[in-house]
Amino acid sequence: MDSSTLYYSLDLVSGSGLTLSSEQKAALQTSLVILKRNNKFNRVLFWGKILGIKGDYFIAQGVSEDEMTDKKSLYSFNCVDWHLLPPATEAMLAEVSATAKGRFVGDPSHEYEHTEIRRQGEGDEAVEEEVVVKVKEEKRLASTVHTIDKEVSVVPRGAFIKSPHGLVQTNRSFEGLSSLEAGKLSYFLHFTEPQKLKKKSILELADLNPSIDFLDPLSEDIPKGNRVPNLSLHHSFTVILPFPPWVGFLSHMLSVFRNRTSSLKVPPFCGRQKCNTNMRLLMFGMLLIFYLFILLGKLT
Amino acid sequence: MAEGALNNQREHTAICFKAFMLKNSTKSNLNLYDHLSRLLTKVMDERPENVVDIIEDMSREVKQEFLQDKQSTLRDMPLATAAQLLAEQQRLLFSRRGGDDGEQEEELVETPLPNVSELGFFLEQAGVGLGREEMLMVFLALKQLVDSQPLVRCRLWGKILGTGGNYLVAECEYREGEEEEEGNEETVEDEERDGEPRDDDEEADVVEVIDTLPRSTFKPPPVVPKEDNRTGVNKFTYFVCREPGLPWVKLPTVTPTQITAARHIRKFFTGRLDAPIISYPPFPGNEANYLRAQIARISAGTQVSPLGFYQFAEEEGEEEEEGARDSFEENSDFEGIPVPEMAESLSTWVHHVQHILQQGRCVWVNLADKPEDDFEEEGDEEEKEEEPDEPDPEVGPPLLTPLSEDAETTNTPPWSSKMSSTLISQFALAVLRSNLWPGAYTYASGKKFENIYIGWGLKFVGEGYIPTIPTIPQREYQSGPEITESLDPSLEEEQALKATLEEQRAAQEETEALGEDEEEEEEEDD
Repeated sequence: MDSSTLYYSLDLVSGSGLTLSSEQKAALQTSLVILKRNNKFNRVLFWGKILGIKGDYFIAQGVSEDEMTDKKSLYSFNCVDWHLLPPATEAMLAEVSATAKGRFVGDPSHEYEHTEIRRQGEGDEAVEEEVVVKVKEEKRLASTVHTIDKEVSVVPRGAFIKSPHGLVQTNRSFEGLSSLEAGKLSYFLHFTEPQKLKKKSILELADLNPSIDFLDPLSEDIPKGNRVPNLSLHHSFTVILPFPPWVGFLSHMLSVFRNRTSSLKVPPFCGRQKCNTNMRLLMFGMLLIFYLFILLGKLT
Repeated sequence: MAEGALNNQREHTAICFKAFMLKNSTKSNLNLYDHLSRLLTKVMDERPENVVDIIEDMSREVKQEFLQDKQSTLRDMPLATAAQLLAEQQRLLFSRRGGDDGEQEEELVETPLPNVSELGFFLEQAGVGLGREEMLMVFLALKQLVDSQPLVRCRLWGKILGTGGNYLVAECEYREGEEEEEGNEETVEDEERDGEPRDDDEEADVVEVIDTLPRSTFKPPPVVPKEDNRTGVNKFTYFVCREPGLPWVKLPTVTPTQITAARHIRKFFTGRLDAPIISYPPFPGNEANYLRAQIARISAGTQVSPLGFYQFAEEEGEEEEEGARDSFEENSDFEGIPVPEMAESLSTWVHHVQHILQQGRCVWVNLADKPEDDFEEEGDEEEKEEEPDEPDPEVGPPLLTPLSEDAETTNTPPWSSKMSSTLISQFALAVLRSNLWPGAYTYASGKKFENIYIGWGLKFVGEGYIPTIPTIPQREYQSGPEITESLDPSLEEEQALKATLEEQRAAQEETEALGEDEEEEEEEDD
């Protein structure tokens, strides 16, 4: 969440159990401001916390021009000193997914090892080589942050617009979603490159507003039905969307109930806080194998 | 003069253009002139920054506002949103019940209500918690619970998150003699069991065939009896509510089959207590039972206390062989362990909830139906014979074992500990976090400590989760000659068989003929 609104939005996302201690909050408020000035960011966001066995990482993101692509991630242990994370590339993602398993350790120089047996040459001349692939935890951190952003970042519809130059920016006229709209999944969009938008028919595209509907809505996710916007009634203005594959990620958004009679407007914002222990459920792939076994069982 | 004419012409053009702008649109009955004047008035009033960038949005807003005002000649009846309904109920939390003023002073001394505000403060230092306002609501909700039920102890156990709603869990102990018996939960399990062998019987009766259909040879394993209230797994009663302010619901006691089934499945909670749990292996019960089973497992795995806070009651005589000590009391001489020591080593913490055995209970029960006579005949006085049917008693770590003895799974240590603050270490707390049950936290500072669980209710299983594959279907027919298929004989085999049969017949005729001859001979003899 935005560094300027951190201190009051943190209370709203703590329904999931993890908050920051007052010392960390205070440290964040001072260090994020300095970070913003030093790196010349437009906005600095506190992204969240990744729990490791020996220590926890605090992640912040700085945004320059384009909200979607111009992001830099930084990590810290004590919310005061921040280190830049390397940008995640395809090669890094592939390496990390093959090598790093289990929990985060909490030490950025920790190396995960994975021995692969590679065959060089062809046919009879094949020589087997044992290649040890090492990946540092820093890279794993970078790729995890990137993956989570790509898969689970959600924004309410209308909060970001695409300017005529093609840059994605915050929409200053966004007043929030009404309570009716906040209950529907189609008003929440994935904040990454759209996958399904291009495949839509012209009939569907006609209803969309190209400046705000340039992202995929959540209602078109497969499998359907595993995300229900939970209007957290206690706070009565917060929508909580749990994301089961990434346990621990909660996307909270403050949506203002449109009150026609008053002209008071509270600036809406969306906060993404994530505290994750890197536990990933691979249920969906396994379900296919499950059905296959049932079939085989009938044949014997 | 020419200028005058030019001005006239300009004026004329302007008037024409204004008339054009004042033309009402056929679709929306608005006209451009009014719209622009409203828009510019708005810009003048508000004077936003960089207005040229947002002018289109403002224009749209102005149109929307204008249209809506016109349409509402009827008054909208405001629908009560869910948030408003909840707010109504939560308002009750804040009202003090009249007539209690006299009793309150007594209750202040020995109230079972925990000091949730203090808990909230310490947990916030540890980086865990629900936010200050929510903690206060929880506090008031607990007070409501304590006022309505006869409890001697009450503790905030934690919060279990679900996909559709969350559960706030309170761990309570009833006063002696106040507890009501529950007879309802057994029926669910029994029905599950009886459904199996009936189908075969029906079919055999209806269809009259010479071959009866095979009967199922499945024998369900014997049911492990439930532990009594106030002992073992059912030591405490748990109440849940969805949001503070909504009524508290008591959870049923847990049975060993439910615990063993809960160990095999992995499901998120949906927030409705009556939701069915559809899983394989099938879970005997609905979400309320599953919730209770998970609460039992989490308590057994993660409720810890500083070493020395609890001690066993003094026992004079011998100990029972099998009985694990299951009662402890607070140590009044507990001095408190310095915080840096607690954060460093795990041996300063001990479990104070009994470990749940493989069977699903805390105290092992022998299910084998061995008659007692065998033991007496043998004449041995030793405990158990090593017979193949006799199951070995399951033993778990005894109560009050330190955490350093906890087993490691999947290369992760089961606990992580640290100090809550490195900058101000004089007043810091020691914080313990479970890696097996993500969401379980404990803090300790001097003589105070507390456990809490805020999480999804799932255990950490390392790599990806693979759902249990169903077992191979049972063989219906035993293999035998009636149903075994064999190949049809080939032509040569048939001819060979025919030849041997002929030989046999020929041989038989010969022996018969011989036999007749012999008889004839015998008859002749006689």
